[in-house]
Order: sequence, then structure tokens, then C-alpha cells
Amino acid sequence: MLKNDMSVLLQTRGLSISFGGVVAADGIDFELKQGERLAVIGANGAGKTTFINMVTGYIKPAAGQIMFDGKDVTGLSPRQIVQHGIGRAFQLPQLFLEQTVKQSLELAVAARANKMKLFKPLAECVSSEEIEEMLEMVGLSARAHDLCSSLPEGHRKLLDIAMALALHPKLLIMDEPTSGVASNEKHHLMATIMKALDERKVTAMFVEHDVDIVKEYATRVTAWISGRITADGLPSDVLSNEEVRTVILGH
Amino acid sequence: MLRIFPWFIGALAIFLGLYFSWMKTPLIIGLSYGFAALGVSILIRAGQVSFGHAGFTCMSGYAMVAALKIWPEIDGLILILISGLAGLIAGGIVGLFMMRYRGIFFGMLNLAMSMVLFSLLGKFYHVTGGTDGISFDRPKLLGQLLDRSNYETALLVLCAFFVVITCSLVQRFYASPTGQALIALKSNEVRLEYIGISAKKVFYKGYVASATLCGFAGGIFALVQGLVTPEMGYWVSSGEYVFIAVLGGTYHAVGAFIGAIGFTFLKLFAAAAMTGAWQLVIGSVLLVLIFVAPNGLVAWLRKFDRKTSHAQK
Repeated sequence: MLKNDMSVLLQTRGLSISFGGVVAADGIDFELKQGERLAVIGANGAGKTTFINMVTGYIKPAAGQIMFDGKDVTGLSPRQIVQHGIGRAFQLPQLFLEQTVKQSLELAVAARANKMKLFKPLAECVSSEEIEEMLEMVGLSARAHDLCSSLPEGHRKLLDIAMALALHPKLLIMDEPTSGVASNEKHHLMATIMKALDERKVTAMFVEHDVDIVKEYATRVTAWISGRITADGLPSDVLSNEEVRTVILGH
Repeated sequence: MLRIFPWFIGALAIFLGLYFSWMKTPLIIGLSYGFAALGVSILIRAGQVSFGHAGFTCMSGYAMVAALKIWPEIDGLILILISGLAGLIAGGIVGLFMMRYRGIFFGMLNLAMSMVLFSLLGKFYHVTGGTDGISFDRPKLLGQLLDRSNYETALLVLCAFFVVITCSLVQRFYASPTGQALIALKSNEVRLEYIGISAKKVFYKGYVASATLCGFAGGIFALVQGLVTPEMGYWVSSGEYVFIAVLGGTYHAVGAFIGAIGFTFLKLFAAAAMTGAWQLVIGSVLLVLIFVAPNGLVAWLRKFDRKTSHAQK
């Protein structure tokens, strides 16, 4: 049994999995404290997304334990883990392409509030103020009635994150929130996300390749190499670590 | 504008039936196909196509006849409700299994289920009457024993009434969180799970609703024929439901009824005009329709709807 420290939100012990001969997670011991902004860096194939997939229930770990908010969530389904309070945004935004931005958020809010009614209109099952506030927060008010399939990539990323935030998670995990977004828009996107996280007091961890973004928005960095956490600490320390510099940053 | 269409379809059916009494039977059969196609439409909105829903229609028809044999005094209106209930129960049981499957597996499993039912009904002669089915006398309708013509008129009026109620209920369902989650299931099941909604549960609800509508269809179809046969559950009928749903369009509930009436009369006139080659007529008309209204007749009507509402602004 893992120790129950109130300030620790997410904790894993000995988390392992391999695919064929490739070890994607090699006994990962990890802790995330409330209020942290953790950046996860690492080369492709280092096991970052696999770790996220295990924590959010998309794949089951071969060994190890995952504790979230004092409860064992190892091996639960994504849906159950979401209900425990972990929201997830994807590298490729996962949207309801045939529905509008507003409907997508309404559906997320209705799901959170457990209002999956059969004959009452969706818009009446949720508070319209809340939806407008969310749209405002991610800057999608003008796009509210557009189909998700018509959104540009930056907006898709924001909607993907907004749908996760609509669930009022305690922890938001984002897999490369700035990938596929034009470099001049990255900072604006991250500033928008961080403001929303601060307002809602949501702990966050995000995979990120852009060192400038990591320096600016992370309070802590973990560096992943071959399914292990090689370095863990303040951004300035981790980014100047010798192994991290050669293997991940390529200096 | 689409909102008044169920009323329009109902009124048109009653008018035609009263004016040309030979049309009553095809109209009732057409509307019964509309209920079944509407059931199939619900699943099409979730991106799933069933090729076996005639199984529910057929099974519910037999359940209704069983009820009639047990309680000969029972009213036709109650019988229709019983057939809907039979569809609901059958859908509730079969759906527990079907909710796990998608795409081609889903379509084929439904087909397999309906074919098993079809052959069982054909083989258990002593209970089901075999391939000849079971015929029955006209039950009471709305508390009275009516002659053939009045019976059909009453049934037609009841059907028209059910069309309006069903369209209203199904439209409410489409707009509800569950109805919207069904559309979301089509585009992204992963995200649905990650906002905490069980895709299986949502799909199950849709499946039960679709089976219930097919149950209604079975009851109405059996009442107008005075007969149930295994043929009702043959895969060709299931195919016709899919066909009608696509022809009418799934954007609005009334699409299934527009498609069903259109399909029934097209078949009727094609058979009269070119007895030997009626399939040719149907095929050709459908080819044209697919080019003119690829998303179904109701989507085509919606275009006009939008134009007029823009003009009003």
C-alpha cells in the first residue's frame, strides 16, 4: 500500500509494461503534487504517452500500482478514471466532428452532472452561463455554433482541452498541447490554458517538446529516456542535466 | 417547417385513405414500414446499420397474435401497444449482446439473429403455423367490432395519430443528451468514454428504442393483414427498412415516414406499370434520388426550410 500524503495527487509505484521486446515503462515510481505544473520531456518512444495511457486507463499496466487522490485506480476503465477526477486532452484532438462546439461542451457538462436524460433537450440539461463561460475562457465564443470538423488545429486543441476541463477534473493531463499549432500561436495557446487552470485550481501535467514553453509554464520537469524517468526537478536543473542535454535536447 | 411535416403526413394519409378507399391498406402498410425504418434510423445516426431489424417486427407480430389467442376480447389499440412492448423487451435482451459490436459485425449479427428467428418460426409448425403463419379474425378496435372498411379507416387514423406522437417523441430523444451522445458515438467513441459517458450504455438505449419502434410496426402490419408469417422477418424486409431510412433521411424523424410512403407507392405503381420489371423502375427512381437528394428526402426539404428561414431574417 502506498502512503497517503494529502498533498500528493497522483502516485505510481513500479509501473511496468512492454510491447514485444520494447520496454515502454520500466518500473516507474512517480509522484505529482497538488498545484504542480509538470512538463514531461523525452524523445519519441521514451514511453511518455504509454505512461499517460496507463494512468488514464486506456491500457492496463503489466505490473505496478496507480494511486489517485488517495484511491487505487489501477486497471480501471477510462470512464471510471474520468469520474475519479482525471481529465485528458489528446495529441490528436478527439472531437465530436459532426456536432458543434457548443454541443460538445454541453455533452461534457451533462455527463459530469449526470444528466443523461432521454427526452429533455441537451441545452436545457446544462446551465447556459457555464457553457458561455467555458467558451469565453478558451476564446471559442464566436465559433460556438460551428461544426467541430470546421475548426482549425489551434481551436481543436483548445476545444479538446475545454471538454476535459468541463468535467471539473482535479488533474488535467495533456499530451503535446502545442503540437500541430503554428509556433507564433503556441505561447498564446499555453497562456490561455494556464489561465484556465489557475482559475479552476487544476493540477496539470503536459508532454512538451518546446524548451521555451517548458521553461515558461512548468514548475517542474521530468525527463524520460527508454521507459524510465532520468531526471526530475526544477526546469532549470533538468534542462541543464548532461544526459538530458545529449539524449533529449540533442546538444 | 419540418415540425409540421408529421401532421402533414398524417393528414395526407387520412385524406387519401378516405378519398380512395383502395389506398387504405397500402397506406397503413407504408406507415408501418415507416415506424420500423425510424427505428433503423436511430441506429444509423449512431453510424450503425442493422440488417436484421425485421426480426423484431416479426417477433412482435407473433407476440401480439399470442396475446390475441389468450384474450380474444382484447382491443386492437392494446394489441398495438403490446407489440411495442414485445419489441422493447426483445430489444432489451438482444441489445445486451449487440451493444458491444460495431460496423460490419453489428450488421451481420443482427442479420444472423433475424434468420435464426425466421427458420425457427418456419420449423415449429405446431406452435407457429410454419411458413403459412397464423391468421386471425379482426379484433375489436376502439371498443367496437367493425366491418373491413371501417376497421381499416380506424386503423389508418390511429396510425396517423401515432406518426405525430412518435415523431414528436423521437425528435425530443434526438435533441436530448442521450440522443446527442448517439451522434457523438458515430464520430468519436474514445472521447465519449473520456468525458465519462459509457458508449455501450448509450448504444443500448438507442438499440432498445429502435427495437420498440420495430415492434409497433409489427403490430400494425399484422393487424392490417390479419396474418403473421415468418416472411415478415426475412432479411429482405430488414434491407427495405435500411433502404427507406436512407431514402427518407435521418436528419428528422419524419424522414422515415416520407421515405416509407414514397417507397410503398413507388413499388405499387411500378408493379402496375411494368409488372415484369418493377425492380427496374424502383432502381432507376432510386438512382435519380441518390443524385438529387444524397442525404435523403428530408435533408432536401431542409434546404428549402433554411432558404425560407433566411429570407424571413
